Amino acid sequence: MPCTMINARDLHKAFAKVEVLKGVFLQVTQGEVVAVIGPSGSGKSTLLRCLNHLETIDRGTIDIEGETLVATDETGVARYVKEADVRRICRKMGMVFQHFNLFSHLTVMQNIIEAPMIVKKMKKSEIMPRAEALLHKVGLWAKRDDYPSRLSGGQKQRVAIARALAMEPEIMLFDEPTSALDPELTGEVLRTIRALAEEHMTMVVVTHEMSFARDVANRVVFMDGGEIIEEGTPSTFFSSPKEDRTRAFLGI
Amino acid sequence: MESFLNMLGQIGAGSLVTIKLFMVTLLFALPLGLAMAFCRVSSYRVVNGIANTYIWVLRGTPLMLQILFVYYGLPMIFPKLGEPGILPGFTAAALAFSLNYAAYFAEIFRGGIQSISKGQYEGAKVLGLTYPQTMRRIILPQVVKRVLPPLTNEVITLVKDTALVYVVAINDLLRVATNIVSRDFIIVPFLVAAVFYLVMTSVLTFLLQRLEKRYAVYDD
Ligand SMILES: Nc1ncnc2c1ncn2[C@@H]1O[C@H](COP(=O)(O)OP(=O)(O)OP(=O)(O)O)[C@@H](O)[C@H]1O
Ligand SMILES: [Mg+2]
Repeated sequence: MPCTMINARDLHKAFAKVEVLKGVFLQVTQGEVVAVIGPSGSGKSTLLRCLNHLETIDRGTIDIEGETLVATDETGVARYVKEADVRRICRKMGMVFQHFNLFSHLTVMQNIIEAPMIVKKMKKSEIMPRAEALLHKVGLWAKRDDYPSRLSGGQKQRVAIARALAMEPEIMLFDEPTSALDPELTGEVLRTIRALAEEHMTMVVVTHEMSFARDVANRVVFMDGGEIIEEGTPSTFFSSPKEDRTRAFLGI
Repeated sequence: MESFLNMLGQIGAGSLVTIKLFMVTLLFALPLGLAMAFCRVSSYRVVNGIANTYIWVLRGTPLMLQILFVYYGLPMIFPKLGEPGILPGFTAAALAFSLNYAAYFAEIFRGGIQSISKGQYEGAKVLGLTYPQTMRRIILPQVVKRVLPPLTNEVITLVKDTALVYVVAINDLLRVATNIVSRDFIIVPFLVAAVFYLVMTSVLTFLLQRLEKRYAVYDD
């Protein structure tokens, strides 16, 4: 019985009174790859950002690997666990952003070893073997001493993936990892993510790449207007969507 | 010739006073400015208000007035310090300069901190860095690169501003030169003083530009 890695229930989130998440339920089991699709402004990024505490929810419950990150009491107020626990729980999740967010003043290698050294207090000699392996894995060993500004978008994103993996997360969250890339560069990033899927990394991937969602995901979740409208395995979801809004979005 | 060397010696001694005031001011104004910058970007309203007021007052009034206020005014408010004008001139000047330059540095640092994109904070946060760790390891190193050019300007201005201390009877570079000029009726001491100032500002410019080049290894 694979365990539940993410269990988010009834998530509500508003920005300045505008409800962006209107009661979202999302369960992700170990090794599962969930693709989240939907029109612009439907709340996909916000959902992802609520999962790892980049945004705080107004109401609802989030458990990560069975541990409560936030729960809502009888009065309807979302209460987060202690700050140190929030940090510890969120460290189980790595995140990759649309705009990479690499540290511009650090080289590729320094970007990768910074957090293990600062957060996990690892010695450089302890983290280097893993960092080297990760750089080989994403095909950027030759670029280890370059600064991010010297890299192409696809290379930056692969460094960002390696940087997240260096912290040995149990779950990876991707927010449109290829949307800022030139079309000819998306392939190299998607291949890297696909390789992770083959190693059974648990992943939630917000994406506009329908072919990627179809080929790599175990489950597709369609969001619109702050709600999950429909979800299913890629084959049933793409071939016979039930909801009108899904059909309209897919153009069938 | 001998009198020329004698004059050089006196002006040299004066420039040491100027250099000392310059160093002491940097030593106090840089950390205080950074602290004020953090207060300026803080989300605590009270902390924010205090820093805003501080910067508003110190940037909005003449440095000369501030020096005079510390020198004559503080002993009136706190009689324990002694008679008005008893507070040593150098201490008064160093205090006024540090407080004043901290306000200017604070604005430069604040601009630098706010120019760093939100993505850098979020990138650090999702890797598990705490806010202080993020500041120390990720944000401030990038801020240094961005504030170096405006900081260089301000530091050069500080060298020249030190000449204002003549109002509290300190024998700095300019005052020593002026004394010789009015005693001997020669203009040379002013020229020598100008050369001393030029040497100081040039050396500083050179050093700070080298530092800027070191940070030029990466682009934002
Ligand atoms: N920090 C914020 N402050 C105010 N409004 C926000 C904020 N972040 C998101 N929103 C709003 O919330 C809504 C959902 O945004 P979100 O970024 O989650 O959508 P998305 O599905 O990721 O869209 P896209 O495909 O364009 O990335 C949008 O209307 C957006 O304008
Ligand atoms: Mg988005």
